[in-house]
Amino acid sequence: MTAKPTFRLQGTDLSCIRDDRILFEGLSFELVSGEVLLLEGKNGSGKTSLLRILCGFREPDAGQVWWCGEAIDDSQYYADMAYVGHLDGVKKELTVLENLKVSLALGQSGQYSIQQALIKVHLTDYDEVLVQALSAGQKRRLSLARLLITKNSVWILDEPFTSLDKQGIALIETLMSEHCANGGMIVLTSHHDIELHDVAVQRINLS
Amino acid sequence: MSLSHAFFAIIRRDLVLALRRRSEIANPLLFFILVITLFPLGIGAQPHLLQAIAPGIIWVSALLAAMLSLDSLFRSDFDDGSLEQILLSSHPASILVLGKIIAHWLVTGLPLLIVAPLLAIFLGMPTHSLGILLLTLLLGTPVLSLIGAIGVALTVGLRRGGMILSLLVLPLYVPVLIFASNAVEIAGTGLPVDAQINILISILFMSLVLAPWPTAAALKMSIN
Repeated sequence: MTAKPTFRLQGTDLSCIRDDRILFEGLSFELVSGEVLLLEGKNGSGKTSLLRILCGFREPDAGQVWWCGEAIDDSQYYADMAYVGHLDGVKKELTVLENLKVSLALGQSGQYSIQQALIKVHLTDYDEVLVQALSAGQKRRLSLARLLITKNSVWILDEPFTSLDKQGIALIETLMSEHCANGGMIVLTSHHDIELHDVAVQRINLS
Repeated sequence: MSLSHAFFAIIRRDLVLALRRRSEIANPLLFFILVITLFPLGIGAQPHLLQAIAPGIIWVSALLAAMLSLDSLFRSDFDDGSLEQILLSSHPASILVLGKIIAHWLVTGLPLLIVAPLLAIFLGMPTHSLGILLLTLLLGTPVLSLIGAIGVALTVGLRRGGMILSLLVLPLYVPVLIFASNAVEIAGTGLPVDAQINILISILFMSLVLAPWPTAAALKMSIN
């Protein structure tokens, strides 16, 4: 076993103001490899806004996000991070395989090959199928397959369990546990209670 | 994967998408052909007048056809979240965006070049100016895509950005229109047009270098 690198994602004193309404302020957290950060809160409490700040899409109105001690814009952060948001980010006119090839080209190749990732997310025989023919749950699993084929250590997931059935949820939980066991970290929002084995879960309640 | 790999993957992806949604190619091309064929009908049997204004007709139609096609540049990527993924890539967003613009030009600009000589003959343009017409289109239409991309990137987050887009982009198209149609007109009289062509070349290189950055920055703002 080689020693796994440790990463550290920190947010210090973050605040977010939207339409003159303070969603959260003075929010700090620290997350290291192998941990999960679960954001909880009512609809509109700023969960997605916080995730988008962590993705670098939004500037926090105060505070700073740090990656291994450096501000995220000056660091290797974007090469280490993968995001699956509300939108699946797949093109419905392309096949499953074509979509994953584009994702792979945009990142660095990761732990699994495309075929292995498709086996992992139970989409093995769908590689030549156009995405518009997939069900909502299959699309979701496809967008999560993207996490497996690219090299990354932080997963930022916005409601990853939406439109997945029980097996799908269990499958994603397994993948998440594996990712943490391999030294990755995950920030997610979820309405479901997550069941992860041997993983430290931090919770932040935004409401 | 390397940057060039990502760049070509984006171009290939957009070309495949365009082939699967053919109306995207057909729409601006059809518009271009329709507008030009309607002019002789509207003007009537005045071949000399038509011949005199032919460069202008072709260029104005090309410009409007390019405008018409602009919205499709980032719209679907914005709607389905692919744009977020492109911008999150560790590769420079401006290069990836340039890939998208090139693919967009190949799909919407290049077809205009192919039909333009036919339409020029149809309008009675002298055959010796056809070469210059093609050259101006070859140099000018990529500029339309490049400059237009900045405007689309700024307005893609707005639900009704169409009007603002035209107001933003049309003034910037004017220099291309002036030099390009002037070059074709002068070429018809047999005079040299090196100056106009050189200016178009410099506009092309300038926008090739300068347009992708603001486009990428504006896209980042739009997905916020």
